[in-house]
Amino acid sequence: MVIDLEKFVLAERPYWVELEAMLVKLEADAGLRPDLKQLQRLHYLYERTSADLGKLVTFASEPETRRYLENLVARAYGEIHETREKPHRLAPLDWFFQTFPQTFRRHAGAWWLSVAITMVGVFFGLGAVAFDSEAKSILLPFGHGEMDPAKRVAREEREGGKHLEGNKAKFSTHLMTHNTKVSITAMALGMTWGLGTIVLLFYNGIILGGVAVDYVLAGQTKFLLAWLLPHGSVEIPAILIAGQVGLVLGNALIGRGSRLALRARMRAAGPDLVTLIFGVAVLLVWAGFVEAFLSQYHGPQLYAGKIAFGTVELVLLTVFLTRSGKRGSEFRVSSSESLLRAPTQNAELKTQNP
Amino acid sequence: MKTNTLLIRTPEGIVFALPLAGPVTRFFAWLVDIACLGVVSQLLNSAIRMLGWISEDFATALGILLFFVAQIGYGIGCEWLWRGQTLGKRLLRLRVMDAQGLQLQFSQVVIRNLLRAVDGLPMAYLVGGIACLVSQRAQRLGDLAANTIVVRHPQPRQPDLEQLLAGKFNSLRAHPHLEARLRQRVSPAEASAALQALMRRDELEPTARVQLFAELAAHFKSLVEFPPDTVEGIADEQYVRNVADVLFRPRGKTKAPAQP
Repeated sequence: MVIDLEKFVLAERPYWVELEAMLVKLEADAGLRPDLKQLQRLHYLYERTSADLGKLVTFASEPETRRYLENLVARAYGEIHETREKPHRLAPLDWFFQTFPQTFRRHAGAWWLSVAITMVGVFFGLGAVAFDSEAKSILLPFGHGEMDPAKRVAREEREGGKHLEGNKAKFSTHLMTHNTKVSITAMALGMTWGLGTIVLLFYNGIILGGVAVDYVLAGQTKFLLAWLLPHGSVEIPAILIAGQVGLVLGNALIGRGSRLALRARMRAAGPDLVTLIFGVAVLLVWAGFVEAFLSQYHGPQLYAGKIAFGTVELVLLTVFLTRSGKRGSEFRVSSSESLLRAPTQNAELKTQNP
Repeated sequence: MKTNTLLIRTPEGIVFALPLAGPVTRFFAWLVDIACLGVVSQLLNSAIRMLGWISEDFATALGILLFFVAQIGYGIGCEWLWRGQTLGKRLLRLRVMDAQGLQLQFSQVVIRNLLRAVDGLPMAYLVGGIACLVSQRAQRLGDLAANTIVVRHPQPRQPDLEQLLAGKFNSLRAHPHLEARLRQRVSPAEASAALQALMRRDELEPTARVQLFAELAAHFKSLVEFPPDTVEGIADEQYVRNVADVLFRPRGKTKAPAQP
């Protein structure tokens, strides 16, 4: 096709400028909702600019104009063909009490698998420490391997948590950030087709089982429950949910039982992964506070109260995860973008006619 | 096949190209981001040290928390607020985009940043770099999971056409209809090759230069045949110069050259 380029550019430029102005407004304000007339105009300008690009695409002498039009068409394409809801308003309570537990339930299979893998690890750790005294120093981290539970209990009860005086806030944030990093790693390792997540969950199970049996065999079961339950009743489920996220990611990568292509599977799973990992972070913040400000205070007079507190937490968490956000039948909330809610009112988008 | 360009065909049948960023450019952008995080950490440290006079414990806790938030939130915050760019990406003219050319979603930004935990293994983004090299769309694992790509927005370098092409008589200009046909038949890549050859002529070995311009002239002559008296006695290099003049300087923009 032979065209008079100068005349062509002069005639079409106003439409390109108008399209660019509309795109700038749409890109600048995520909450902008054009009305039908404005949308029709946007679509017209997009199609016209696309046609102009089609005419210019083999026209060697105007690489700059072609690049400019490609940029415009690419941006308009993103605006017009995007069907996912555009979010912008923060709605954290709705997200936490509805979207998060609903998403958790939607991937219940991965949750139970996460629990099962951890339990296998627990039994392995339990057996290893119970039947092989040398295994303790190899398997248990944070100095537990070399520690005698009875001596530790005696020391902790004597000190009554004084060793943490002046360090509680530091200890609490250290726990929060460390556990959140572990959770993110559990999720990210889902990209190894879930194998890395499985190893991490299994290892966590070994530690839990090993520490538990060590204290039980030393006759310190009450201390163990009073120490672990207040924070562990939230922290351990949180880590299990992080494992659930990794397994959901691994499953999306493998595509078992799905007819969707890899990209479509990843696109579908993405928002749920984000919802769950943000939920895990919230739970870990709570667990960090409890561990630093309650769990580390020991004394026979405190044990019953701490065990009761941990049990109540566990019941509440179970109710929250299984019941919260349930309205008749479970409906699918499309994404973690529900953390950011879209507005209902139409916003004005002024268009300029050339 | 692995290419450095992603072509997207719209339902309207229009194809547009997105140049993909390679691992090296992305690594440099990451280094800039690391430097920025270092500066932010220093500033935070100084501010927190002042709080230490009130409570050492509280100040240390706040320091740990803020550094963690900065570490995790820097990429997420910047890419969400600046539509796919961090400071390093801005400097190197890179941008994160949806792999299908659609709008970047919040969940995509979060996933690609959280998966740095696995891309960064065992050190200095080795896993991510290798994934980027072998992936068709130059995606690290985080990009694969989030369905994102990183594209380049190169600053187009404007060649000094007036210096390069002006002031010479161009016999091809005597045939406007053939000029128009030439513009229509030469592809952008061919036009760019002719311009690059002219701009870098002094860097070429004399023999290679003669051979290159002979091949280019022969190719352009095969596309559009000008009357023999128009091209008679013109060296191959001059012919390519005339073609580039026709392609890159539309009629209205040329000064009328004096007849020799």
